[in-house]
Amino acid sequence: MSRIPRREFLNLSALAAGGALLAPRLSFASATRGKSRLVVVIMRGALDGLAAVPPYGDPDYARLRGDLALRPGGGPGGEALTLDGHFGLHPALGFLHDSFTARELLVFQAIASPYRERSHFDGQDLLENGTPRAHAVQTGWLNRALAEMPGRPAREAGVALGQNVPLLMRGPAAVTSWSPSKLTALDEDTLARITDLYAADKLLSVRLADALAGDRIAAEDADDAMMTGKPAMQSPAQPAPAAQGPGRYAEVVHAAAGFLKQEDGPQVAVFDTTGWDTHANEGGAKGQLAGRLAQLDAALATLKQQLGPVWNDTAVLLMTEFGRTAATNGTRGTDHGTATAAFLLGGAVAGGRVVTDWPGLAPRALYQGRDLAPTLDLRCVLKGLLADQLRVPTRALEKTVFPDSESARPLAGLLRG
Amino acid sequence: MLPPSNSAIAANRFGLGARPRELVVIGGDGRDWLRAQLSAPPLLTDAALRSSVDILAQGLALQREIQAARRNGTLANAASTAGDAATDAVVQKLPQYLKPIYVSEVTARFGQAVSTESPWCERLVQFWSNHFAVSVDKQYLAGLAGSFEREAIRPHVLGSFNDLLLSAETHPAMLLYLDNHLSIGPHSERALKAARHGTPRRIGINENLAREILELHTLGVGGGYTQGDVTTFAQVITGWSIGGTGGRPLDGDSGRFEFRSELHEPGAKVILGTRYPDSGYGQGVAVLRDLAHHRSTAHFIATKLARHFIADEPPAAVVERLAHVFTQTGGDLPSVYRALIDSREAWEQPLAKYKTPVDYIISGYRGLGLPVDAGRSPLAPFELLGQRTWQPGSPAGWPDRSADWDGASALMKRIEWADAVGQRLGNRLDALQLAPQLLGANLADTTRSAIEHAATASQAVTLLLSAPEFMRR
Repeated sequence: MSRIPRREFLNLSALAAGGALLAPRLSFASATRGKSRLVVVIMRGALDGLAAVPPYGDPDYARLRGDLALRPGGGPGGEALTLDGHFGLHPALGFLHDSFTARELLVFQAIASPYRERSHFDGQDLLENGTPRAHAVQTGWLNRALAEMPGRPAREAGVALGQNVPLLMRGPAAVTSWSPSKLTALDEDTLARITDLYAADKLLSVRLADALAGDRIAAEDADDAMMTGKPAMQSPAQPAPAAQGPGRYAEVVHAAAGFLKQEDGPQVAVFDTTGWDTHANEGGAKGQLAGRLAQLDAALATLKQQLGPVWNDTAVLLMTEFGRTAATNGTRGTDHGTATAAFLLGGAVAGGRVVTDWPGLAPRALYQGRDLAPTLDLRCVLKGLLADQLRVPTRALEKTVFPDSESARPLAGLLRG
Repeated sequence: MLPPSNSAIAANRFGLGARPRELVVIGGDGRDWLRAQLSAPPLLTDAALRSSVDILAQGLALQREIQAARRNGTLANAASTAGDAATDAVVQKLPQYLKPIYVSEVTARFGQAVSTESPWCERLVQFWSNHFAVSVDKQYLAGLAGSFEREAIRPHVLGSFNDLLLSAETHPAMLLYLDNHLSIGPHSERALKAARHGTPRRIGINENLAREILELHTLGVGGGYTQGDVTTFAQVITGWSIGGTGGRPLDGDSGRFEFRSELHEPGAKVILGTRYPDSGYGQGVAVLRDLAHHRSTAHFIATKLARHFIADEPPAAVVERLAHVFTQTGGDLPSVYRALIDSREAWEQPLAKYKTPVDYIISGYRGLGLPVDAGRSPLAPFELLGQRTWQPGSPAGWPDRSADWDGASALMKRIEWADAVGQRLGNRLDALQLAPQLLGANLADTTRSAIEHAATASQAVTLLLSAPEFMRR
């Protein structure tokens, strides 16, 4: 339950570099687990990793964070939830903390994509496109990984929960997007005529087919739900979730679970969360960011509950474009920074550890004198995850999924054997 | 010589979608119709809409009321059910106040877009409003996004970029949205006073507005600025604030732009290699003026305009041409617009752009003559199709490429909406007669035939709205 010290951490990477741990794991994983599932949650707006995973054991933390600093967990008046005595978790992340204790959560700290500027929009582009440059390609690493999966299914391998597909999921592999409908379904005759109308249109004919496939899977889930008495993703009995309340992402995670539970449904689901751009009045144990984290935490708890036994085959990745300044700014918030935290959660995850090569928060340790310095390349995690969870061949990971990423060696041992 | 589809391109790409008979009015060329629209700024005058100063002043007063209630203990008994109810009642006052303002602003904007005879100008308003995006997911903006567009954007859409920029960046809606009103210079009078009194609260700048001006409003990312420029610029615009905020008294200045010298970081500053002496408010104005005339800005604006009006990946030659005109005229926007419509490339591919949900809804309303009335929620179609008015969710505004909008589920939502509209209209419309009036030379034989052979008049309307050529502009 302790963070990986620097030396052990480097050894892990070195082992993985040779691929020594990868090959045996593949056959083993497929023998002992069902079909693996992957959920990717994009946290748009730049999550304050020092608030989500407070390094309260660092001697500079309290000074830099002023009245936003979280008091160490464990003791009297403690605020942060204890991870290992050096790092804590934000108190709004109760489910994540339980998952850490149950060894289903890996926490990465001081992690960053290769992006080193501070634009949200370029940062997100690069986070999703998987190259070291913004706007270098118009496809996403996750879609390219799906295209490289061995023996991938005929049907849509991935689903984006939302009306449109984020860059992360655009590319050669067939994916669909799905969002709940507020209108009545079309009659078959009209649909057939529109299908004919789109026959010569390359884009619309594919999109319409994807949409119909998504609706079919959703309908299968509804049928299953009727059989089992469990709520389906379109159950009219469920109240519409409040847009900003604790149930903000309830509808989305219900839908994600509905798709992933299907034996012949998509293996990968993606959804967006927003509101992480905390420039002013960020709050500490309570307040703006706490509210957002609580919404996310509740959504993840719901996802686990909805997935049922499938949770054991699931890994959930939470990632953001960059972090925020180490110190608070003049409006009780934080400005755009560099390194941040990321999370890997799920029954398939070998959790209970904080994975970091902690650079410290001393003035000279800060990146450009202001940000948490990046010491772990996010792509190390992504490569390890895709290799173990989706069995994407190493060669493809290096060539097509993450081009120009030789320096980022895949991190092995992220998942249970 | 321009191809015969010109009137359809003018109405559907530059405009907001043809209304019946609009193609006839436009005539063969299309450019004269567009040029003629550049004579009067596209204002929106509606006696029922209030000024931002008025809206904000009342909101700030309401906020004080809520704070006072908190202090007086009205909210202290939050543990009890009665306390909860009281808390909710008082705290809910602000959103309850702002929501109806948002609804009436959206209704007015939507109504104008559907009925206007200068749809190109109205599209330009939407373009610039999105360039200087504010998003209503930040509380006060629900009340201010509409008045921001009416006050800061509309009057300058046919003026100079410099005036548009200054008016957008000094509007209270923008200052609130990007947190500048409480940004304090570390050596300002306020900071020195706080240091003497040992105020525990950290005093300093907030670099949000400065960064987004450079990245999103002027030079563009990669436009040649550094983190140092961002930080220095943030210091330059410390003091750009709003009356009645930050503990200031509520008086005649409440809700107005206010330069507060006591928050301003003193001293000369160097940005992008140019030295700006400290002239208080004027220092920031001088920086904005130089940014407005910067080569990177010309290129950035030219690219965005060409992307919006020609293609997702606009031809480099057009971008260069527009940037050149921008620079030569000191950012005279009508000159840039004229260069755009005089560009051959803008007329070559009739359906190069995939409509955004807003384009789609407005063109549907215009084409079918649907009324924007109080009886139906004007917010509903935008919400349903995934583009809530003034809620892009980030200061980057809504994206402007096909891939951002052409998702499978998004397409299905459009078709479902088209179906609902068809059902609502019943047989009151003749889609076969309407189709060539709306789509002109873009109407494909397959679409005409599908409409002709529709099972019902309702279905014919649905097919018209679902047609590939109606999804694009």
